[in-house]
Amino acid sequence: MLLAHGGGGRMTNRLIEELFLPEFSNTVLDTRHDGAVVAAGGAKLAFTTDGFVVRPLVFPGGNIGDLAVNGTVNDLAMCGARPMYLSSALILEEGFAMATLQRIVESMRIAADRAQILLVTGDTKVVDKGKGDGVFVTTSGIGIIEHPLEITPAAVRPGDAVIVSGDLGRHGIAVLCVREGLEFESPVESDTAPLWDPVRALIEGGIHVHCLRDLTRGGLSSALNEIAASAQVGVRVREADIPVSDAVRAACEVLGLDPYYVANEGRFAAFVPRDEAERALDIMRGFEVCRGAAIAGSVTESPAGVVVLESAIGGNRVLDMLSGEQLPRIC
Amino acid sequence: MKYIDEYRDPARVRAAAESIRRRVTRPWTIMEVCGGQTHTIVKTGLQDLLPPEVTLVHGPGCPVCVTPVELIDKAVAIALHSGVIFTSFGDMLRVPGSSKSLFDAKADGADVRIVYSPLDALKLARNNPDREVVFFAVGFETTAPANAMVVWQAEREGLTNFSVLVAHVLVPPALEAVLNSPDCRVNGFIAAGHVCTVMGWREYEPIAKKYGVPIVVTGFEPVDLLEGIDMLIAQLESGRAEVGNQYRRAVRRDGNRPAQERIAEVFEISDRAWRGIGEIPASGLRLRERYRAWDAGTKFAVDVHGVRESEECIAGMVLQGLKRPAECPAFGTRCTPETPLGAPMVSSEGACAAYYLYGKRVQTDVPAASSEQ
Amino acid sequence: MCLAVPGKIVSIVEDEQPHLRRGKVDFGGVLKEVCLAYTPEAAIGDYVLVHVGFALNRIDEDEAHRILDTFREMDELAQAQAEAGGDTAEPEQARPETGGDGS
Repeated sequence: MLLAHGGGGRMTNRLIEELFLPEFSNTVLDTRHDGAVVAAGGAKLAFTTDGFVVRPLVFPGGNIGDLAVNGTVNDLAMCGARPMYLSSALILEEGFAMATLQRIVESMRIAADRAQILLVTGDTKVVDKGKGDGVFVTTSGIGIIEHPLEITPAAVRPGDAVIVSGDLGRHGIAVLCVREGLEFESPVESDTAPLWDPVRALIEGGIHVHCLRDLTRGGLSSALNEIAASAQVGVRVREADIPVSDAVRAACEVLGLDPYYVANEGRFAAFVPRDEAERALDIMRGFEVCRGAAIAGSVTESPAGVVVLESAIGGNRVLDMLSGEQLPRIC
Repeated sequence: MKYIDEYRDPARVRAAAESIRRRVTRPWTIMEVCGGQTHTIVKTGLQDLLPPEVTLVHGPGCPVCVTPVELIDKAVAIALHSGVIFTSFGDMLRVPGSSKSLFDAKADGADVRIVYSPLDALKLARNNPDREVVFFAVGFETTAPANAMVVWQAEREGLTNFSVLVAHVLVPPALEAVLNSPDCRVNGFIAAGHVCTVMGWREYEPIAKKYGVPIVVTGFEPVDLLEGIDMLIAQLESGRAEVGNQYRRAVRRDGNRPAQERIAEVFEISDRAWRGIGEIPASGLRLRERYRAWDAGTKFAVDVHGVRESEECIAGMVLQGLKRPAECPAFGTRCTPETPLGAPMVSSEGACAAYYLYGKRVQTDVPAASSEQ
Repeated sequence: MCLAVPGKIVSIVEDEQPHLRRGKVDFGGVLKEVCLAYTPEAAIGDYVLVHVGFALNRIDEDEAHRILDTFREMDELAQAQAEAGGDTAEPEQARPETGGDGS
């Protein structure tokens, strides 16, 4: 295994396709959406799971605890499901400071309250010192789908508008800056946040949401590429319309990174019919977490599976899926 | 960001592109020899803004791409030594050696760390006296002052647990190698602005004269590149072959003297093999005798056997602009960024990777700037 | 390897050993410590080009603005002509041809 296999890019996808899918294939898993939509006793549920390995554990704007809760809440929200129940499994390393654990657990509670999700079950294990890197958190979540919309890549249509819920790259830069000891005039904070409220507002507002995808590892690029591949459509976005804050931009310039590949934890992309885009935008902007929402581009018929970016100066390039992890460059 | 944003301003870009369009009367092929410039061109889709008469070709400007396989193998072998902390710029990590890349070595347990500056590596050595810290000193002349400084400092401090694996290459000999090729179709060169920030542009004057080609020192932002191209076209259209300087805000003819002095103190010119091209005399740098104790190549007597290079890979032809990546039979099929046969497919500045990501799909109808979404 | 980023020097730590002269440079809000050994003439408020932790050169602000002004004027002229529907003859001012001796 290489670190790149966990990067959220092409290698992760290959691993899933070549190792996991053949073993476990079934109609639900094969939709390859972030959460699984399943039927049980007449109810339509969403079910998701996520492992969290972020380093450092604590960073500007949050820690592994709220990351874990929000991450799971958001996977459910991306299925159009109201988050209901959460489980949490912690694997702790011998010697891990109790005070840090306390802080993490407190953050989880605050995040769960904010997202109105109930933590109903959990597990704790401890491994020998040197075998655990502090703490690993795995959360699973159940949500309920209370509307008839099929929110899935298959629903995406050429002509759909692609909306980005806010400015990109905050989480990745916040974490990287701690790791690299980068100083800021005003520190960049992680954007970790729950996203169910704006999603619910879109659905209740009558927007025919076709697809939602939260922008996590691999950034905007991975999310758009996955959907383009899944739905076999093209996506065309404009650099001039994609919001990136000045601080994140400066950090990316200095580190030699491309903001479209940097991780987010409180941002999503929404695919909606073109004639509903302005109204969707209005609804979203009513929420603090989506204040910076913008129409980034649109879905095209071809080239299928390809994401094209029109640069700020008017030239084109393909925004390809990352191979592994984005590495900073000096070239 | 000041001195970046203004050079990406769409209005100015438009004006610069228009200037080229008005000037050009026949086809010209222009080569840039700098990975950073390749990056801007690909990232901004600059070719889309040029008139069809102007063709941009990428040269051997990616020091990552031209680092010989033996050196990568050596780096991997050193990294796998227990007790070694192997440090490198991010660009180098995925380049394949005969069997492994540094990334693979990391997965095998080697302590490989990405640093942003050789100063970080020096600091690691000071803070870890019981470990051997090695820094992979790859780059053109731009990076030589930094690498020279850390070796110079290590020597002054008597820091014995620090060494550098030198893979420095020089631009002017590469230009000559390209020009010497009988199939060379390049009419003019964009010279790397940051290399010239250090070295000045004097050494390009004899080249321009000898081969009758204009050379313009150019910056890295879209407006810079377009102005540099405009200046080249102006010379070509009027039959001139001189060295020009577009990057006036950062480059002077004599370059940066203190930097050049430090480089000369620590390094000397040597012959060097360029991956895919072969040996180019006097095209690299190595540590002077006085600093050999800080040379990782000498310090770690690693035996590198069975150096294997893919037979299919035509990197050399691509790096010299003699063939386009799409003309390689393995391009996009056996050779992709995940399964690279050679370095230009790995580095984000490598022509093959750039074409794969951008050029390969341009066969389908991707319109240049669309006014409507 | 050519990624050098322009930033403004906001503070300097002088040292009797010139190679240790360093400063804090502000890159659009990101602050980094930079070695100033190769730009002994650089002062607080100057813009420098930084590559792998070293300032390689001071940015000549007059030259920086010259090219920006040239293209800005060209673009404004072109827009005005387009609006007037007039012919798009080359502007009178000399456009950059050779850079000449920039020192």
